[in-house]
Amino acid sequence: MSDHDRMAVKNETTRGLVARVLYVFQLVLVRWGVLPFLLIIAVVVFALLSENFLTGRNLMNVVRQSTYLTLVSMGQMFALLTGGFDLSVGTILALTSVVGATAMAAAYTAMPDAVVLSIVIGMVAGAAAGTAIGVVNGIGISLFNVSPFMMSLGMASVGFGLALYMTGGTPVYGMPIEFGDTFGFGTLLNLPVPVIITIALIAVLYFVLNWTRLGRYFYAVGGNIKAARLSGINTRLTLFLAYVFCGALAAVAGILLTARLDTGEANIGATMPLLSIAACVIAGVSLRGGVGRLENVVFGALFIGLVQNGMNLARIESYLQIVVIGALLIFAVVSDQLRLRYIAKISS
Amino acid sequence: MAQHLLHGHRDGGGELPRHDNSPLLELTGISRYYPGIKALDRVDFTLRSGEVHVLFGENGAGKSTLISIVAGAVKPHGGEIHFAGQSLQLACVHHARTLGISAVFQEFSLVPDLTVEQNLFLGSEQTKNGLLDKKYLRKRSTQILERLGFALRPDQRVAYLSRAEQQMVEIAKAFRTSATVLILDEPTASLTERETEQLFDLIQQVKSQGVGIIYITHRINEIRQIGDRITVLRDGQRVATVSAQTSERELVRLMTGQVIDQIFPKIAFSPGEQLLEVNDLSTAGGIVADVSINVRRGEIVGLAGLVGSGKSELGRALFGLNEKTGGSVRLAGESIDDLSVRQIMDRGLFYIPADRRAEGLVMARSVRENIALPALHTRRFSKAMILRRRAEAIQVRELAGRLNLQPLRIEQDAANFSGGNQQKILLAKCLMQEISLFVFDEPTVGVDVGTRAAIYEFIRDLCEAGAAVLLISSDLPEILYLTHRVYVMCRGVLSAELSANEITQENVLRHCFEQQAA
Repeated sequence: MSDHDRMAVKNETTRGLVARVLYVFQLVLVRWGVLPFLLIIAVVVFALLSENFLTGRNLMNVVRQSTYLTLVSMGQMFALLTGGFDLSVGTILALTSVVGATAMAAAYTAMPDAVVLSIVIGMVAGAAAGTAIGVVNGIGISLFNVSPFMMSLGMASVGFGLALYMTGGTPVYGMPIEFGDTFGFGTLLNLPVPVIITIALIAVLYFVLNWTRLGRYFYAVGGNIKAARLSGINTRLTLFLAYVFCGALAAVAGILLTARLDTGEANIGATMPLLSIAACVIAGVSLRGGVGRLENVVFGALFIGLVQNGMNLARIESYLQIVVIGALLIFAVVSDQLRLRYIAKISS
Repeated sequence: MAQHLLHGHRDGGGELPRHDNSPLLELTGISRYYPGIKALDRVDFTLRSGEVHVLFGENGAGKSTLISIVAGAVKPHGGEIHFAGQSLQLACVHHARTLGISAVFQEFSLVPDLTVEQNLFLGSEQTKNGLLDKKYLRKRSTQILERLGFALRPDQRVAYLSRAEQQMVEIAKAFRTSATVLILDEPTASLTERETEQLFDLIQQVKSQGVGIIYITHRINEIRQIGDRITVLRDGQRVATVSAQTSERELVRLMTGQVIDQIFPKIAFSPGEQLLEVNDLSTAGGIVADVSINVRRGEIVGLAGLVGSGKSELGRALFGLNEKTGGSVRLAGESIDDLSVRQIMDRGLFYIPADRRAEGLVMARSVRENIALPALHTRRFSKAMILRRRAEAIQVRELAGRLNLQPLRIEQDAANFSGGNQQKILLAKCLMQEISLFVFDEPTVGVDVGTRAAIYEFIRDLCEAGAAVLLISSDLPEILYLTHRVYVMCRGVLSAELSANEITQENVLRHCFEQQAA
């Protein structure tokens, strides 16, 4: 074999390799969307920018910090699946925090010995307040056909106003220290408690979405509400439950965040609507409803947590970080459109 | 002449060589591939000026691809197009339009929130000093609508129009500029008889002006009425180009390779006890007024009538979809008036809607999920809310196979299937639970002859197994050949009940129109 031939063979194999890599690239893009690429790019970029980024400690930190967004994003996913969205998730966090902290502090003051009981009372009160917002959203949207945009925007104002009114804008103190120690900073088997709770909820919701009738109905109602109705599905109830689920999950996030902060705050969660919708969209949840996978949403939320953490480590100014998040959201939507166009092209 | 057509004539059309028999449009060896499918395989097609050239074939035969290529929406992978004697490469739909090639597709391209007039001139609004010349636009749109004889006001919002009226706007759009080639894809699918006649007059009119028309239809009477030549396509290939006077038998044979008698099966008639009893049913706005019908087990009852006669609304009211303002519905002796869709379904009545895209299927979900959806609550598919996904997959696959779904991939989204196969998915939905009364609303709308035959066999099997069938249909042969008994509706009221030998074309049609003439 002459050198020339050998060169030709080598060229041939590299070309084959490039073609194969491109093929895998396309396959991943079509199947999973842009998220895998974004994750890889983010990890590589931040690993280069900061040597602390790829340490086990920091990554666990990312996971822990992302739990709140993960919970809210999973809730948001239910609203998106049915073809709507929920702009009041931030408010639900705030209201849960304020109501939960106030009730817990009051119970603790009244019964200083009953620590566990006052914690339970506070958590139940917070969860009830947050879920109530979801219930009102659900009633407006399913029963009175108010558009999800108007309904949740209105409730965002109502909830935020209530939270501020209750506290006068100042943080709520006086919760038992055990609350924060357990649900904010506690660990079990070396895993932070919030992470464990989130993982448990991921498992439950995965089961609900994929293995129960109700889960199937969310997809059907979002995909084609008329067809769902003609198939005998109670579409109003399904829509209603989507917003209740969304509210309840945001409320859980609110309680966990309150435990971490050790105070009840009316000013938390303002970025949640944007971030949770971004996490879902980046994860391939269709804004038109009917399409989306829970496991992808979890990765979408983790990705946003990763980017925020990486930017902090790389000392990117916090105001600039907001710009990056917005840009990422738009980029994700654009690339998803390109992906759809690409799929249409190869299937046509 | 050709030069004139290809360049510098923005509004398209103009004078055409009328008596020149050279083709206006000539396609030679056109091919177009999609992954795994040859949508068009070296197809030849010519269109003379002043002729109506019908494209005939089953769904998926390549008709749509062919007209999309002529309209500039899809590029061919092989072959040549000659337009007025010149070789032509169409860049896009707009390019085709400037040459005077315009198409009316089945999927409407209207903006619902704009008015008829705004839609008509969308993208080519006349301006004066940089502002819209509203006076001129109003005058022109009124002229166009008048010329076409369409009873539409230019300032009506499209969203408020019926489907037939929207179809008229779409047609008016194609007639806005003077066309040289006009493509009509099943334009009468949602038009009434009278509107259809108007459209045919119009076609005659533009024909005499030398326009070449490519016309897609599944209806053989229409071919007789306005067609000049027919090109039959099958599986992406041209089977034959024949005269419009070719017999129906021969056309169907060309299209399917089957003989027409095989399309309508013989259905045994052995009526059992009465299952459905409707007394003096009325719906809001008098769309259905005091209608009483009954259906027995083992019989197929037709519900005939024109579009808008209320026959579809009657079917929907049975299922609790349209609000009843009076009367009663009893199923197997029990009242089902105040029940939910689910409860009615569980008592054995299933309504299969006419519009599979709007109401039938969840397009973004898989075949499996679609088929199992109405029966998900039964013990077959779930136990205490929890799904039995294995049982679901097995049963859906088995049923899809029995209905000959192609391709047999139950995890594919419903959107990826052809119209005929989507219809099969829709029909499969009603087989997943005990159903004793099937209400089919236009079950064969927009499906090819092959699927049509399969659907008729499907209905026959249901009936012979002892189910009751109410067949709501605007397709006359379907009513004539399939049903044992027919109710005819006209303007919301029952105008006739026909059985056995009384079911003739003449009788049914007469009662469809009776009161309109009176």
